[in-house]
Amino acid sequence: MSAVELGMPSLPHGLQGVPAATEPQNRKEYVSDQEVRWCPGCGDYAVLAAFQGFLPELGIKRENVAMVSGIGCSSRFPYYLSTYGMHSIHGRAPAIATGLATARPDLSVWVVTGDGDALSIGGNHLIHTLRRNVNLKILLFNNRIYGLTKGQYSPTSEPGKVTKSTPMGSVDNPFNPVSLALGAEATFVARTVDSDRKHLTSVLRAAAEHRGTAFVEIYQNCPIFNDNAFEAFKDPETRDDAIIPLVHGEPIRFGTDGHLGVVRDGFASLAVREVADLPGGESDLVVHDAHTEDPAYAFALSRLTDGGVLHQAPIGVFRSVDRPAYDDLVRQQITTAQEAQGPGDLQSLVTGADTWTVN
Amino acid sequence: MSLTRRPADPSFDLEMNRTVTIEVKQLDRVVIRFAGDSGDGMQLTGDRFTAETASFGNDLSTLPNFPAEIRAPAGTLPGVSSFQLHFADHDILTPGDAPDVLIAMNPAALKANLKDVPRGRTLIVDTADFTARNLKRIGYDENPLETGELDGYHVVPLNLTGMTVESVKEFGLSRKDASRAKNMYALGLVSWLFQRPVESTISFLETKFASKPDIRDANIAAFRAGYNFGETAEEFSVRYEVKPASMAAGTYRNISGNLALAYGLVAGAQRAGLPMVLGAYPITPASDVLHELSKLKRFNVTTIQAEDEIAGVGAALGASFGGALGVTTSSGPGISLKSETIGLGVMLELPLVVCDIQRAGPSTGMPTKTEQADLLQVMFGRNGEAPLPVLAAQSPADCFAIAVEAARIAVTYRTPVIVLSDGYLANGSEPWKIPVIEDLPTIDPNFTTAPNAPDGKYLPYERDPETLARAWAIPGTAGLDHRIGGLEKEDKTGNISYDPANHDLMIRTRQAKVDGIDVPAVEVDDPDGTAKVLVLGWGSTYGPIGAAVRRVRKVGGKIAQAHLRHLNPFPANLGDVLMSYDKVLVPEMNLGQLAMLLRAKYLVDVVSYAQVRGMPLGAAELAEVIGNLVEETEGIDDDARHLGAAAAAVKHGEALVAEQNGHLKTEGAR
Repeated sequence: MSAVELGMPSLPHGLQGVPAATEPQNRKEYVSDQEVRWCPGCGDYAVLAAFQGFLPELGIKRENVAMVSGIGCSSRFPYYLSTYGMHSIHGRAPAIATGLATARPDLSVWVVTGDGDALSIGGNHLIHTLRRNVNLKILLFNNRIYGLTKGQYSPTSEPGKVTKSTPMGSVDNPFNPVSLALGAEATFVARTVDSDRKHLTSVLRAAAEHRGTAFVEIYQNCPIFNDNAFEAFKDPETRDDAIIPLVHGEPIRFGTDGHLGVVRDGFASLAVREVADLPGGESDLVVHDAHTEDPAYAFALSRLTDGGVLHQAPIGVFRSVDRPAYDDLVRQQITTAQEAQGPGDLQSLVTGADTWTVN
Repeated sequence: MSLTRRPADPSFDLEMNRTVTIEVKQLDRVVIRFAGDSGDGMQLTGDRFTAETASFGNDLSTLPNFPAEIRAPAGTLPGVSSFQLHFADHDILTPGDAPDVLIAMNPAALKANLKDVPRGRTLIVDTADFTARNLKRIGYDENPLETGELDGYHVVPLNLTGMTVESVKEFGLSRKDASRAKNMYALGLVSWLFQRPVESTISFLETKFASKPDIRDANIAAFRAGYNFGETAEEFSVRYEVKPASMAAGTYRNISGNLALAYGLVAGAQRAGLPMVLGAYPITPASDVLHELSKLKRFNVTTIQAEDEIAGVGAALGASFGGALGVTTSSGPGISLKSETIGLGVMLELPLVVCDIQRAGPSTGMPTKTEQADLLQVMFGRNGEAPLPVLAAQSPADCFAIAVEAARIAVTYRTPVIVLSDGYLANGSEPWKIPVIEDLPTIDPNFTTAPNAPDGKYLPYERDPETLARAWAIPGTAGLDHRIGGLEKEDKTGNISYDPANHDLMIRTRQAKVDGIDVPAVEVDDPDGTAKVLVLGWGSTYGPIGAAVRRVRKVGGKIAQAHLRHLNPFPANLGDVLMSYDKVLVPEMNLGQLAMLLRAKYLVDVVSYAQVRGMPLGAAELAEVIGNLVEETEGIDDDARHLGAAAAAVKHGEALVAEQNGHLKTEGAR
């Protein structure tokens, strides 16, 4: 398209301000020369492959992609992508990315983090980034375990989890990452699974198009320290009943032959029922509306996630609403100040109003 | 005689009826302290008196002193807030050890400050709150104005509150609201006493209270009434004149350390041609830098009030990664929290300016009091070998130059830089010869925009052979995409490396880069080159040390003085300077942190003089210490020494007392 060459790309809202690529890109261009060093069978491989395959379709210049990660297995992610990247320190990636995104509206900024990194040591930065709605995309790889430190329980591990640091079982109540994000009034919240490349890619695409913070929880298997934590979502025998699919505009119906569905149940809560038992059948089911302004709806959906061992959870985009992005507002104030007062005259500023002259 | 006469003419009618001629007495310097409840507006009063004094052309130095509590219970000792100003017709270096005049707005202010005021000096006391109940509350069984406790002072007891209320009654304010203008009444009175120009205060009040006309008019009326009271009331037979100081030609303004720091950071960013991003979390006494920079958006300054100290420095470092000048400002407790991110900055080799406005520690310590005990924290308070440059401002105005210097080093060498200020510099102020921005050095970010390796690749850790600064390419630069992180990096490529020899090389290279930073030589002030003792300081002790050195010299002592603005690396000539004196005295507001560094690096047996009271060092006591050491070094026996005592006793100015004697009416508590 000729419009692209003029530097005014027709990019999705979330990418406005980022220069468009002038040539079509392919997956290989996004693969760095570094040897990938995750354990064999790690779910991170699948996410990396999906991400490398997905980035070219954004149609933005590769040098305008910036990945920021914290510490943990997943945080090695930036090394394997031929974009700009920073492998930072434990838990702080959202804070660092906030500064980067605010300073550089021409970048597509992605944070890669894990359940320990984002929800434990970095919990504060996560909720405040979501609250502010900074235009960056957070991929939280949730394997429900500390992998890099070799197998301690994490803030998403189920109660009773036996690990090296909890030989008698964990007594911690876990976070539900999606509930947490919605509690912080995140504007875009989704969940997907490492092994479902198609769904993963669709969620990444929706996240990239969202203006503001997009929070994506990715169920990711750790074959060494927490193998099969998400097996219910992968085993052909169980997955149809395990995955509550969230598709905007569609009734929430699932299970073998669609025998299950989500209905309203009491004050601001939802429940899974046998469709056959419902007086109105499918017409009683909740039609998913990700644009619902009140986060209580998405929160109620998030509570359909099992708190202990996972047998059932909603997968898809829980919430996607518009709210001005923090970094856009910050830059707008600078523009407004410059328009109102003109560009700053530093000599005049330092001189001030009250001076005296010595001859 | 009308005590509350308010002339309609703002120019102040000086042709009033008096029965006693007013004598004008020349003084070379005065130390004045305003003290009252933290809600009494003493800081504002001090600021205004300072502005009047600055515009008159005196040299000056200020010391605000206030509790951490925003509004401690009224009338209590912990709630007392004060503002001290030293002004002179000559170059001065400190806010003064002891006030010549104390204005005490209530009994607690009198009690809390009296110990600092030598007998013979003047106390102007608002008597309105001297009730039995208020006195008992702060431990007075009897009224100190009546017990003889203040004998030897020149006490001027005045019902300032009552006269203020009287002077503003036409505005129909409640007594409470009316009495709130008493600080302006007091300011008017002392403005008269010291012949300060008043126009700036009138226009200040007009602007400040523009939206509240009755409050504005009441404050202006109270200010004028206080001024006119001095003129007409015959309490005062003498006014004082402190002539303008002779200063180097130029245009001056008054400036506080925090404001100078904020302006210096903006100037540094502008000279580097970089947008500036401040990430900060509110903390005393650094918050004013955040406030000031938040007003400067038109200078392309972004301020992010982060969720915590860690996020503040994180946002700054993220912005630096993006090619901005990242800055974070804090105090000791916040610096502790930022340590890990600063270490990441050392590893990433990105510019970052970290300002530590030190306060009394450890832990929460005394947030509003000053100290310089974070030196070792900023030097070494990170895991691993994580060297970075450390600078320290020596006076409020010097905060500007030191901030520009920090930006230069951070950008040129791609490194976090620590700027040390402290609560005394932050809130204190002094006249500043306004610099010409165009004359400040330019700073070249020298971004890498093209491959720098023969094979057409980009090597992010390829270094400039002179500075050892790495090649810095920012996101958005085509063909130079790269990944950096906190893991050890391979030389040149920046790829992760666990190779033993490479780690050793990188550790030594990062150290060599900091060690090799170009810093100016330390200059020694040793007038005839015969001193045997050097007094060496850093940071805000510059003023007290300089004042003490002058006292010692005035009584014939030979003493050399030098002051460090660069603490890492030290100036290249520092070792030679230390070796060329028999004794080196290092006064510090900590337990000898610079002394420890000097001993470790130069094997010189420096003498540490340490005071950690949350207040600036006193010039007189420091003069005594220096004098004694000079004589000790010259081999003079203990009992034959006199220099220290003589230096401590040096007075520049005349006391106010003698001239007031016999003329003051002290009976008139109205």
